Amino acid sequence: MREITFKDALVEAMQEEMKRDDNVLVMGEDVAIYGGAYGATKGLYEQFGEERVRDTAISESAIAGAAIGAAITGMRPIAEIMYIDFITQAMDQLVNQAAKMRYMFGGKTTVPMVLRTEGGAGRCIAAHHSQSLEAWIMHVPGLYLVMPSTPYDAKGLLKASIRDDNPVVFIEHKMLYGMKGEVPEKDYIIPLGVADIKKEGSDVTIVAYSRQLHVAMEAAAELEKDNISAEVIDPRTLKPLDLDTILTSVKKTSKLVIVSEGYKTCNVASEIAMLVTEHGFDLLDAPIKRVCGADVPVPMSPVLEDAAIPNKQNVINAVKEVCQ
Amino acid sequence: MKESKEELSGYLRRMMDIRLFEEKVMELLAKNIIKGASHLYAGEEAVAVGACSAIEEDDYITSTHRGHGHCLAKGGKLPEMMAELCGKATGYCKGRGGSMHIADVTKGNLGATGIVASNLPVAVGAALSAKMRKTNQVVLCFFGDGASNNGIFHESLNMAAVWRLPVVFVCENNLYGMSVAAKRCSAVQDMADKAKGYDIPSMICDGMDILDVKETIKKAVERAREGDGPTLVECKTYRYFGHSRSDPRAYRTKEEEKEWRNKCPIKQFSKKLIDNKILTEEEIAQIEKQSEEAVESAEKFAIESPYPDVKELMDDIYAPSPADLLNGGAIR
Repeated sequence: MREITFKDALVEAMQEEMKRDDNVLVMGEDVAIYGGAYGATKGLYEQFGEERVRDTAISESAIAGAAIGAAITGMRPIAEIMYIDFITQAMDQLVNQAAKMRYMFGGKTTVPMVLRTEGGAGRCIAAHHSQSLEAWIMHVPGLYLVMPSTPYDAKGLLKASIRDDNPVVFIEHKMLYGMKGEVPEKDYIIPLGVADIKKEGSDVTIVAYSRQLHVAMEAAAELEKDNISAEVIDPRTLKPLDLDTILTSVKKTSKLVIVSEGYKTCNVASEIAMLVTEHGFDLLDAPIKRVCGADVPVPMSPVLEDAAIPNKQNVINAVKEVCQ
Repeated sequence: MKESKEELSGYLRRMMDIRLFEEKVMELLAKNIIKGASHLYAGEEAVAVGACSAIEEDDYITSTHRGHGHCLAKGGKLPEMMAELCGKATGYCKGRGGSMHIADVTKGNLGATGIVASNLPVAVGAALSAKMRKTNQVVLCFFGDGASNNGIFHESLNMAAVWRLPVVFVCENNLYGMSVAAKRCSAVQDMADKAKGYDIPSMICDGMDILDVKETIKKAVERAREGDGPTLVECKTYRYFGHSRSDPRAYRTKEEEKEWRNKCPIKQFSKKLIDNKILTEEEIAQIEKQSEEAVESAEKFAIESPYPDVKELMDDIYAPSPADLLNGGAIR
């Protein structure tokens, strides 16, 4: 099968959906002529024109709010917030409007929109351009949260997100855009709420998503040398969350390590750990371990930045502790 | 007056409906039959009714935390409104929204909001959608003087201006954002001046005069429909009650309140109709009686309606998705 980059997979997903449905539009900062700060909308402006691919002012709140207004009146907007760090500016619209409108209005409206954004550390761009704020989104009823780790998943999940009638926050890791992988040219959908077992194993379950999935995979490969067989599960969508796949794996391995790049306090991993405790305490032979980002503003200096996020060795150490 | 007798009586009736509805809400709040917060529109009736009479049925409005008047002016029904305020299953939002979240999307009312200024970009998005779908619809975006000091006001006007969207920004300047007078917190006193920064036209009208509001908004609506973009219309008005029921109104004088009571939009309009021999005093009394009966019947409907079934607590958080898009067993 052909291999394309993660960002090209995103472009292809939007291209296909824009062809399929005239109501899909793209709006955000630098998404048109520039093609997106990370190139994830490249070519759409040339193909679909300025009516459907709209450069906006640096107005995150208006970008999110206008997407909502368009969504509740018949369009399917894809709004881009250039960095998830800037989502603070759009949080009122996202949390108070997009997430709540359907419920508050008695189920009489839908808000079919995708808010694409980019997150994570790795480029030495410091505390305002490197965060992993997915836990904030996961906390809010009414939003879906998608975080793909491979080009294949990115395309199928973005297409599902665009077609879904709910507001979806779609977070892409900045270090994944250039990553290549097999992506079918055909139209395919990956449903929301279906985890993917990225590697089968029998001794320990590692749950990891987005860029940390790859860190977990490297750790799992190395653990094989020590005869520890790790099963690596990528939830792919954090909301809805495919807890069944995680529990089935824990039933087999009895041990669980969860990896996330977000700040450790109130991390996505904390929620997954609690869900497993509530639904599968008897399956566990050891306490669950979290491997998370440090509770610190992400620093610029490469050595400090590396120290602030999980690495392969952190995951290996955590696995060895639970496997003792 | 160029409107028919029927139209003019209709405006009067709508304004009376709003006034009597709000007075009834005040009474029910005092009796604790309505719980929570309600921000009353009494005094500002000419703005909502005047503005909504300048648009078509399929046009959109966005509302505010003081939104009862907008909902009724856009064709909202008194019983469903009152039931919603009472948290009943028969309300517009099945009792989930209450006073601050009334919406009737099928009638073009895209909803009220509890966050000041937060519907401005939603109105801009609806206007973008109307433009892209080529429906010739316009959006009336109601907000207060207080909202015009919020950042999103500026983001929204800018975006609407750059894209020449069919939206009319209707600023209800009632002089106060809760207790803080505009003169103490806004650098300009005519909120219409804020349009200059976005190179869009603005107009000021007498928000206590329904026909002045209607004519002014109409010009802005025509402009929007012709593809000439947004307009900011400021309506000078006044809210008769406090910000909410717990407000002692210590920040304004009794004289000021009296002065604005004398400008009552309903009294003024009634007088005009009598002076122009369109309606008689008896006919006006008859309209008021119909309003009273309608509000009483709405109250009865609301009080007799059931509360929502607690089993429905978790319904409608998400729209249903087809199986190929979603694993229904996943945790949301």
